[in-house]
Amino acid sequence: MAKTHITMQVNGAEVEGLVEPRTLLVHFIRENLQMTGTHIGCETTHCGACTVDIDGMSVKSCTMFAVQANGSDITTIEGMANPDGSLSALQEGFRMMHGLQCGFCTPGMIMRAQRLLKENPSPTEQEIRMGISGNICRCTGYQNIVKAIQYAAAKINGVEFREAAE
Amino acid sequence: MIPGSFSYHRPTTLVDAVKLLWTLGDEARPLAGGHSLVPMMKLRLATPEHLVDLHGIADLKGIRRDGSKVLIGAMTTQHDLLASDEVARSIPILHEAALLIADPQVRYRGTVGGNVANGDPGNDMPALMMTLGATYRLEGPDGGREVAAADYYQGAYFTAIEPGELLASISIPVPPAGHGFAYEKLKRKVGDYATAAAAVVLTMSGGKVATCTIGLTNLSETPLLADAAAKEVIGTGLDAATLKKAAAAAEAIMAPAADARGPIEYRKHVGGIMVTRALQRAAANAA
Repeated sequence: MAKTHITMQVNGAEVEGLVEPRTLLVHFIRENLQMTGTHIGCETTHCGACTVDIDGMSVKSCTMFAVQANGSDITTIEGMANPDGSLSALQEGFRMMHGLQCGFCTPGMIMRAQRLLKENPSPTEQEIRMGISGNICRCTGYQNIVKAIQYAAAKINGVEFREAAE
Repeated sequence: MIPGSFSYHRPTTLVDAVKLLWTLGDEARPLAGGHSLVPMMKLRLATPEHLVDLHGIADLKGIRRDGSKVLIGAMTTQHDLLASDEVARSIPILHEAALLIADPQVRYRGTVGGNVANGDPGNDMPALMMTLGATYRLEGPDGGREVAAADYYQGAYFTAIEPGELLASISIPVPPAGHGFAYEKLKRKVGDYATAAAAVVLTMSGGKVATCTIGLTNLSETPLLADAAAKEVIGTGLDAATLKKAAAAAEAIMAPAADARGPIEYRKHVGGIMVTRALQRAAANAA
């Protein structure tokens, strides 16, 4: 099958590649661009480990073809740290609140959470839970992931983070 | 899981898309949000030779009010639908139901057109469109035609759409101001299809039901309108005996499959409960 030339912005840098139409975006990111932070979990659009940000939308990159992302602006977990290399508020939140155990779902969780906080900077606990309902974690029971996102929201909004009593 | 090989087409006009689908014939499939088709392709349950991606056609996207109707372009996503003030104001049942479809990521990509056109009995929008009396605008090689949502669904994945035709937009008559509405969906988890779901749109007058339409999701090979159940409640104040009769009338037309969501008897039973709850909540939020 003839290959198509595609270009896109990934984490602020212009990238290009030759892909078959059937190449999934997640395979292009992991194999062509060698950015393996974006994980492949279920491959059936359920788990959310492959979530990336495309033109302001959280997208499961296993369910989109790379050719469809031609010309788009993509952020992956590799683009989430602050420009000086320090941890962004969300990354810090996951660390401080112990928001991961095995860490497999974490890139997708963080990519989804950053879009959620952009759309809704002060979400309620329920809004956070619904906001990450397309991301599956098999270790944490979500409790600390929710806290991590609350921590990040507080930090971004410049308010003190208070853990809710359990 | 990697799909089979295909040629990728990205037309920029509806006319070109229809022409491509018509010329390429059976081996071509339109690609909207891709959240039904791409998983099927990964499992090789679908192996189209050509995909006609509709994302390049700006005319297919958007929501606008046209007099007493709301027009929704086929490529409007569920996320767009949730962001629409017009929908939240004039057809709030669609807003409520869209929140129960899939998960946030899928809603950014999944389209209203794909949801209604595909003929998947598990999809939520078809029963809602039937309940609201919507019509579909189909564009084909010989021009366009309008098909009522109620006439569109013929069987699981079988619809009134003809080869070469494409769903362009959905036209929904705005329900009367002060109408009551509810979409009750029982599902096992976020992102699941309904075990059973019921849509109700009604109007009340002096404490009694004046008009009522009831739609059912995933309780047969096609979405259903529960006309007999709706007739039971007209003129009543939805007392317990009436609700029981309405649920029984709705259950009588349900023909769900036995699957991982439960045996037939269970799905019909909870289908009746969804009808009851939707009627009660719709009556409570009617003006």
